[in-house]
Amino acid sequence: MSYGYSLNVSVTDSLVTNGLLVGACWIISNILRYYLPYSNRYWYVLFLSISFSLAAIVMSKLFLSLILVDTVHTDYIIFLSNTYWLRVGVAFLLVGCMAVICVLWYTQEEEQENRQRKNDAEKLSRDAELYKLRQQLQPHFLFNSLNSISALIGSDPSQARNMIHQLSDFLRTTLRKEEEQWVKMEEELQSLELYLEIEKVRFGHRLSTSIVKDEESLHMLIPPMLLQPVVENAIKFGLYDTTDAVTIYISVLYENDSLKVIVQNPFDPETAGPRHGTGFGLNSVKRRLYLLFARTDLVETSAKDHVFTTTINIPKHENYNR
Amino acid sequence: MKIIIVDDEPLARSIIKEYLQFHPELELIAECNDGFDGVKTIQQMQPDLIFLDIQMPKINGFEMLELIEEPPAVIFTTAFDEYAIKAFESHAVDYLLKPFSRDRFDKAISKWKQISKTVSPKEHLTPLLESISNSPAEQHRVVVKLAGKIRIIPVDDIHYLEAADDYVKIHTKDGAFLKNKTMGHFETVLNKNLFVRTHRSFMVNITEITRIDPYEKDNHLAILKSGGRVPVSKTGYVKLKSVLGL
Repeated sequence: MSYGYSLNVSVTDSLVTNGLLVGACWIISNILRYYLPYSNRYWYVLFLSISFSLAAIVMSKLFLSLILVDTVHTDYIIFLSNTYWLRVGVAFLLVGCMAVICVLWYTQEEEQENRQRKNDAEKLSRDAELYKLRQQLQPHFLFNSLNSISALIGSDPSQARNMIHQLSDFLRTTLRKEEEQWVKMEEELQSLELYLEIEKVRFGHRLSTSIVKDEESLHMLIPPMLLQPVVENAIKFGLYDTTDAVTIYISVLYENDSLKVIVQNPFDPETAGPRHGTGFGLNSVKRRLYLLFARTDLVETSAKDHVFTTTINIPKHENYNR
Repeated sequence: MKIIIVDDEPLARSIIKEYLQFHPELELIAECNDGFDGVKTIQQMQPDLIFLDIQMPKINGFEMLELIEEPPAVIFTTAFDEYAIKAFESHAVDYLLKPFSRDRFDKAISKWKQISKTVSPKEHLTPLLESISNSPAEQHRVVVKLAGKIRIIPVDDIHYLEAADDYVKIHTKDGAFLKNKTMGHFETVLNKNLFVRTHRSFMVNITEITRIDPYEKDNHLAILKSGGRVPVSKTGYVKLKSVLGL
């Protein structure tokens, strides 16, 4: 339908008007892609649609007047002015629809992304939890201890029973402890001693320990299982870097209102070489202390005269007097 | 038949001893606390079968086996996770996951008796050791034996490697050591950004290079901090340049 105008005029009109409308829709969809309004601000979408449809029609009128300016088309120019508001209305409907579709589409996309992120975060925390559990259970330690018990059952049943009790006590304390609840140094030391007793049964006369503790330090609070990785590290490098008998020294001191724990083990600088394992155990301790106190200077290590020393300072817990 | 147990935990040895009592044809001739002791005793006493723990002081069970020229048949006893064992499952006589039952132990023994009729220990151990030492985990040390003494060389201490017949000569600041391996082996296990095969029979630690001089036609010579001179072939030069980022 050309309303009596030539094909040329109708085609120009529809091309210009529709082209500008498509442009307006494209801009709106892009704006909404990068800036999605909050749910209670849909007037913003309305405002966008009105202004863009108005702009598109104003521009189309301008262009059409310029292109078809000669006298032959005076009729048409009048027609253009007459249908001005009709055009604005139609344009608004089109652009508005487009905007609504965009809002729905992008909102849905965003929600999907959020859900994905949430899933990822949940998976991450689940993995961390699982890792922690596995760490606590230390399969290598557990299976070797069970193997020792199996051997003792034949040769020394009462010692076997004793070791089963120690192992169960140790496992129970490690499983019971929760990250948030601090424990008394005394309790932490008890669980460490259990662990060391079990290791002594495993390694026989090769392993001995010496523990020195201040009376005052025993009532101080510390994050649970903080020292376990440090002692494990000492055992690992003490027993696997040397072939001699090994003594692990642990001192727990009360100094300037804070706790100081020193763990020493022998090591062989030649075979220890680039210590690939120093890594995990001590790093996790550093990380925990950093998260708790925002300080990176609480763990110190030094190696001198075939002795590796780890020193850990634990500031006083703020709720100490609770 | 002669048996040796190599394990650093006394109780782990004692349970094997206990289970062995039920096999009077098997004679336990020695027990070893660690790999050093193991190498010496096994060379001396030539057992038919050893029970070998993997995690041991100083050198582990695999490293110990590498140092023995004619290794006996091996049954691994370990608390390692099962996945770690998958890698060598097909090559070992058997492996016992601690703690193991007497039934399981007896099965391993009869499996060994079966295998030993047809296959020599070397035939099943060589591919086993290859598969372990070629595992993707990058090696950070090399264990060698010199005049009966075992040395552990951190890879950072290696200046360059040189092929010498069936051996590879490892040049370090403390002199050269021979290792019964191929250049190809070292090429797969050493860090490729640190060690470059510059020549058919040479591999160099790039941090040791002070300069590279032209040498005869198409060839180069890498001069090391230690004064060592390592030939660089035409293709070796291309590899070296790409690793050095030239």
